[in-house]
Amino acid sequence: MDPEPKKPEDSPSNSANSHTPVQPPSPFPDEVLEKVLSFIDSHKDRSSVSLVRKDWYNAERWTRSKLFIGNCYSVSPEIVARRFPRIKSITLKGKPRFSDFNMLPRDWGANVHSWLVMFAKVYPFLEELRLKRMTVTDESLELLAKSFSGFKSLSLSSCDGFTDIGLKAIASHCRNLTELDIQDSVTEDVGGGWLSCFPENFASLEVLNFASLNSEVSFDDLERLVSRCKSLRVLKVNESITLDQLQRLLVHAPQLLELGTGSFLQELTPRQYEDIESAFSNCKNLQILSGLWEANSLYLPVLYGACAGLTFLNLSDAPLQSGEFAKLLAHCPNLRRLWVVDTVEDKGLEAVGSSCPLLEELRVFPADPYDRHHRDGVTELGFLAVSRGCRNLHYVLYFCRRMTNAAVVTIVQNCPDFTHFRLCIMTPGQPDYLTNDPMDEAFAAVVKTCTKLKRLSVSGLLTDLTFEFIGKYAKNLETLSVAFAGNSDWGMQCVLEGCPKLRKLEIRDSPFGNAALLSGLKKYEMMRSLWMSDCNVTMKGCRLLAREMPRLNVEVIMDEESDESQADKVYVYRSVAGPRRDAPPFVLTL
Amino acid sequence: MELVMAHESDLNLKATELRLGLPGSDECEKMFSSAKNNKRASPEMAEDSSGSKGSSDVKSVEHETAPAPNVSDGRAQIVGWPPVKSYRKNNLQQNKTEGDQSGMFVKVSMDGAPYLRKIDLKLYNGYSELLKALETMFKLTIGEYSEREGYKGSEYAPAYEDKDGDLMLVGDVPWDMFMSSCKRLRIMKGAEARGLGGAFS
Repeated sequence: MDPEPKKPEDSPSNSANSHTPVQPPSPFPDEVLEKVLSFIDSHKDRSSVSLVRKDWYNAERWTRSKLFIGNCYSVSPEIVARRFPRIKSITLKGKPRFSDFNMLPRDWGANVHSWLVMFAKVYPFLEELRLKRMTVTDESLELLAKSFSGFKSLSLSSCDGFTDIGLKAIASHCRNLTELDIQDSVTEDVGGGWLSCFPENFASLEVLNFASLNSEVSFDDLERLVSRCKSLRVLKVNESITLDQLQRLLVHAPQLLELGTGSFLQELTPRQYEDIESAFSNCKNLQILSGLWEANSLYLPVLYGACAGLTFLNLSDAPLQSGEFAKLLAHCPNLRRLWVVDTVEDKGLEAVGSSCPLLEELRVFPADPYDRHHRDGVTELGFLAVSRGCRNLHYVLYFCRRMTNAAVVTIVQNCPDFTHFRLCIMTPGQPDYLTNDPMDEAFAAVVKTCTKLKRLSVSGLLTDLTFEFIGKYAKNLETLSVAFAGNSDWGMQCVLEGCPKLRKLEIRDSPFGNAALLSGLKKYEMMRSLWMSDCNVTMKGCRLLAREMPRLNVEVIMDEESDESQADKVYVYRSVAGPRRDAPPFVLTL
Repeated sequence: MELVMAHESDLNLKATELRLGLPGSDECEKMFSSAKNNKRASPEMAEDSSGSKGSSDVKSVEHETAPAPNVSDGRAQIVGWPPVKSYRKNNLQQNKTEGDQSGMFVKVSMDGAPYLRKIDLKLYNGYSELLKALETMFKLTIGEYSEREGYKGSEYAPAYEDKDGDLMLVGDVPWDMFMSSCKRLRIMKGAEARGLGGAFS
């Protein structure tokens, strides 16, 4: 059972200092330790285990099969390959989150290729790769497809850089593929031909999600694929698939747990309507539903038969009106998670409050984020209504155009268990619309009442007071997002000095400068990353930080128009890999 | 077909109008100081610790427009704000029917007014929204529609010129048919308006 003898340089304590105390022999043999450790899955637990003593470190690294790397630049492929010899599953995350909102120039980095080259060499038995916010080229996908004969599971979330050429390689070569999951792809043009490249005898797919890819696929090939993959449990098609085509797919796969429909707008004959209605009714196991592009009151009722067991309803692509939305909700008593567009308005959210007592997560997205049509969307009243009816609510993402302190205070009193509170008042720096006060009181209430809070996004007119409260009360906070808020360095300092579990801090357009940046010197090594854009930080401050903290990468992204001394976009993160070797010319590592 | 329904109250058509004269006051210019660098906008406001000044600036953003190059409603846009993912943003903003991004602008004349206005019929999901918008734009009341008597309860009646050049009463045909045949709107006033309604009673 014991593999090759452990080489001495594996041990972390075998460094230059020879006066490292010799550790007493382990009470149990390596085989036992390894067996025990093989039951530990969580990478956080494994990290703790590896720090106990040298032999635990070694046992851990030999038994770890799943790797989680939250920032691809915090470590290098070489370091990973040296430490972990037997990896089967890898999760890699790349760009900072603000890249989702076009705040990072193209070609910033996070290209997966150099990782894949290493993996191909060291982990021939790799089965699973989950990438988030990384650039993945066709060349990389081809390398992936050809290097790992047992490869099973590919998940690309918010990735870019590939076309259907890369997907064709995956479909053609990955004989054992069980999962192909593409979410929120930002690729301009991915043709649909890849779907037809799965071999005729290929039947192992369990998860297929191509909802975010725009091009039409061959329906015939899709239908054949679905009918032969008897273990298919997740199917999310794109908008090109029509309602009657969906009906045929459902007839082949009534066992689905998760379904993403195609377009829901089509003129159906009465016969077709009946057929699709009965197809949905036969989906007895459906738990998650999404897609529903252009759904309206005419065709939503065909869904009703499949809604009894639904736990997650994602209507973020289907802007509904309050009436049709309320009718749909009446059929979904078991909802735990709900994503909607604000076209449902406060009235729709009242229906949520009354129909969904088990609700734990609510996300409300704006139909009109740039306020072109001056729609009302949702207000504090809708949020209040949900909080009154859904006492188990612990995750909220809420885009609105007006909010009051009083409402938020009441909301958190109704739902004190928030772990994720992301409130986006869409006009920057907007005060309480009734009293004209800053929204400090609201967020003070959030951090005081919700002791389990892990993630917070603040918005509206906020003074340093908000940050004083966050620093003082948010003891479990791990992620904080700040925009257009605060008065002075003091605000950011409070957060850096106060929140012991802070891991990710992202700030934009706020008046925090060098003093604030430097007050977090010690803290940044315990965090994953810091992002500051359009604040008052200068190159001088960044250089100072870089000099004082050599184990941090301090990167400044230069804009063409920007002033040489201002540091418009700063990205700071801990790394054992040293400065980036692939930084483009506009990224300065200090 | 519109994906997004309008709310009942003020639609603020100023945002979509084409004016003859100079644009109105733009406090907005102060907030989004330079057209090319909108990013710096709000630190000025955030630094202002008293809420009131900030709020009046903010409120002015809601209702005033500043001329800006390539944004259809004239409002300056901040990069990456609100924080909506590009993928999601693209899906919701596209007009699903034939991908037409342009509006369906028709001229609106009112008897006795010195100049015409223009509205985008695509912004409305039905007659009631359109009529409310006209009432707001011209500061008048249009009254209740009935098939039998046209518009009762006010001295105004909304009419339109159709593809054949005929003057028709607004509201007689289904909305979609109206949208495709309406070439021009005319708000009739006084005796002529009553005559139009009365002719069918």
